[in-house]
Amino acid sequence: MTTNTSSGSARTSPRQLTWARRRRAVATFWREYRRNRAGLFGLAVLSLFVLSALLVPWVVGEEALSVTRPPGEPLQPPSGEFLLGTDRSGRSVLDLVLWGSRVSLTVGFAATFISIAVGGLIGILAGHFHGWLSAALLRVTDWFLVMPTLVLAVALAAVLGRSLSTIIIAIGVTAWPTTARLVRAQTLAVEARPYIERARALGGGHWHVMSRHVLPNVMPIVLAQTTLMVAGAILTESTVAFLGLGDPTVPSWGSTIQAARDTGAVSSGMWWYILPPGIAIALVALAFTLCGRAIEGVLNPRLRSR
Amino acid sequence: MADIVPTSAVPHLEEVRDQPSGMPGARLERERDREAVRRTAAYVGQRLLGAAVSLLAVIFTSFFLFRIVPGDPVRVMTHGRPVTIEQKEALAREFGLDKPVFEQFATYLLGVLRFDFGESFQYHRPVLSMVGERLGPTVLLVGASLVVSALLGFWLGLQGAWRHGSTSDRVHTGVALTLWSVPSFWLGLILIVIFGSGLGWFPTSGMKTPGVEGFEAVLDVAHHMVLPLVTLVAVVYAQYLMVMRSSLLDEMGSDYLVTARAKGLRDSDVKRRHAVPNALLPTMTLVFINVGFVLFGAVLVETVFSWPGLGKLFYEGLSVPDLPLVQGLFVIFSATVILMNLISDLLYPIVDPRVRP
Repeated sequence: MTTNTSSGSARTSPRQLTWARRRRAVATFWREYRRNRAGLFGLAVLSLFVLSALLVPWVVGEEALSVTRPPGEPLQPPSGEFLLGTDRSGRSVLDLVLWGSRVSLTVGFAATFISIAVGGLIGILAGHFHGWLSAALLRVTDWFLVMPTLVLAVALAAVLGRSLSTIIIAIGVTAWPTTARLVRAQTLAVEARPYIERARALGGGHWHVMSRHVLPNVMPIVLAQTTLMVAGAILTESTVAFLGLGDPTVPSWGSTIQAARDTGAVSSGMWWYILPPGIAIALVALAFTLCGRAIEGVLNPRLRSR
Repeated sequence: MADIVPTSAVPHLEEVRDQPSGMPGARLERERDREAVRRTAAYVGQRLLGAAVSLLAVIFTSFFLFRIVPGDPVRVMTHGRPVTIEQKEALAREFGLDKPVFEQFATYLLGVLRFDFGESFQYHRPVLSMVGERLGPTVLLVGASLVVSALLGFWLGLQGAWRHGSTSDRVHTGVALTLWSVPSFWLGLILIVIFGSGLGWFPTSGMKTPGVEGFEAVLDVAHHMVLPLVTLVAVVYAQYLMVMRSSLLDEMGSDYLVTARAKGLRDSDVKRRHAVPNALLPTMTLVFINVGFVLFGAVLVETVFSWPGLGKLFYEGLSVPDLPLVQGLFVIFSATVILMNLISDLLYPIVDPRVRP
């Protein structure tokens, strides 16, 4: 804005100005976000899980997951050696939960990335162009929107075979329509503003308008949507795993709960086998939800009182 | 969506009746009425057409998903069992899998339109009759949980918004968000551990005790339903609470509430007569749109509690996998969601005059 009054005005390039503006925007964002205590709690929990997911191969090691040479006796209650007891093959439940965070976060982020990429692209295209392209894209979006997401995801997982990538694709493919709807609405709102007309008048083409003007304005809303969507994806992954359609080779929280149920942990009261993975799922999903709501609150001041 | 038309059709009708017929004004009014009827018909027609297109899309998707993607259905059917080539060919003939894909699709489409979803691989019975047997328990469970969770969510959301920022508001919002993040199947298992095998208060599986007759059978079913119902409600009600809360918060800044207060109305009257009816509108549609979510919740809850409904049937079909069964249930679940969306679309203009076509 005040380009020439700042120090070294002769040397500030547009690029530097842009970056300074972005830094300021991030600082403002963080100042507002910090006021939301629930959001901070979510962020803290999230950092903890991300950290454990990143460090677990070094701290625990892959041999803790071995079924053939388990570290302990099966189905032991918590003790000094195994803080949360052992599972049906004698592995530490704590180690399983720590390893599970890798699966959950990977699936959550990857599936969300797919759905945000697909939904964002379709949303921007449907909002930017008018006529048959927009109509066709909307029709396709509605097509996917009416299908019960979870049923479709489970059916896809059942049909495509059991692997982590199947689950990621299934969740990603079924979750994008909501994003597309949201992005399209935001694109329409942005394109109604006068500076888009200015950009067009100066000779900006479709690509320029979409990538330089619409996308940066859509991103914040997408960010809030992303965090909410990761929570949903993690819940869906655990559900699919619980239904026995997960990847049998990876220790996911959902499959641990399923194994606990199959072992009869419910009727014989083996709480240490059932409680930890479920609490982990709930904590991560809640943390993402709280972060998403906090971001929404920053972006939309009207929501702040909620 | 629909245009916002300031005047609704109903007052016109009465004006017309008041005026002597033959007046130019009356003719104009009648003209306008006819216009409103025409627009309503167009709106309804559009929604019906949209629902039909969606249904066709679902049928097409289900065919593609379950016949084409798995590659060879016969291999899926005979998974893990030693079969001869002759047996495989016989199976393929039996299920019409040896015909061209286009012909298979035509047969399938015609079948679905006559509610014929084919025969289960596993039980060799028509899918429809299996669905019929299991429909009742699911309708009971899903219906009850929809009613309870909507009432609970509306009520708590209302209280929360009216006193937003208060301790009870914070607690209720926090509890609802936490329960919403909890996987329903896990919550069900925990409830079984505590109230079923631990305290022994409630039965943990099935729907009725054999040999119980008459009125006691009703109580028995209710007793069996407590834990599944609590699980479903706990997972679902948060959405109603949040939407009701934010919808009422939106209304609370409105000028007409200031007017209502200025008239000297008591706080409870302002809330009940003025704020709530308006805030209720967007939330009502959510009940219908949410049916898909609740249906899937039912799949898990029924599996965990061995509730003999469609959800458990879906789970049983998935674990075989029994493709015609899963396919049929997929179409039925999707069709239910489409139907509910249609109802909400048609209901909305009736409830809210502002969006009347």
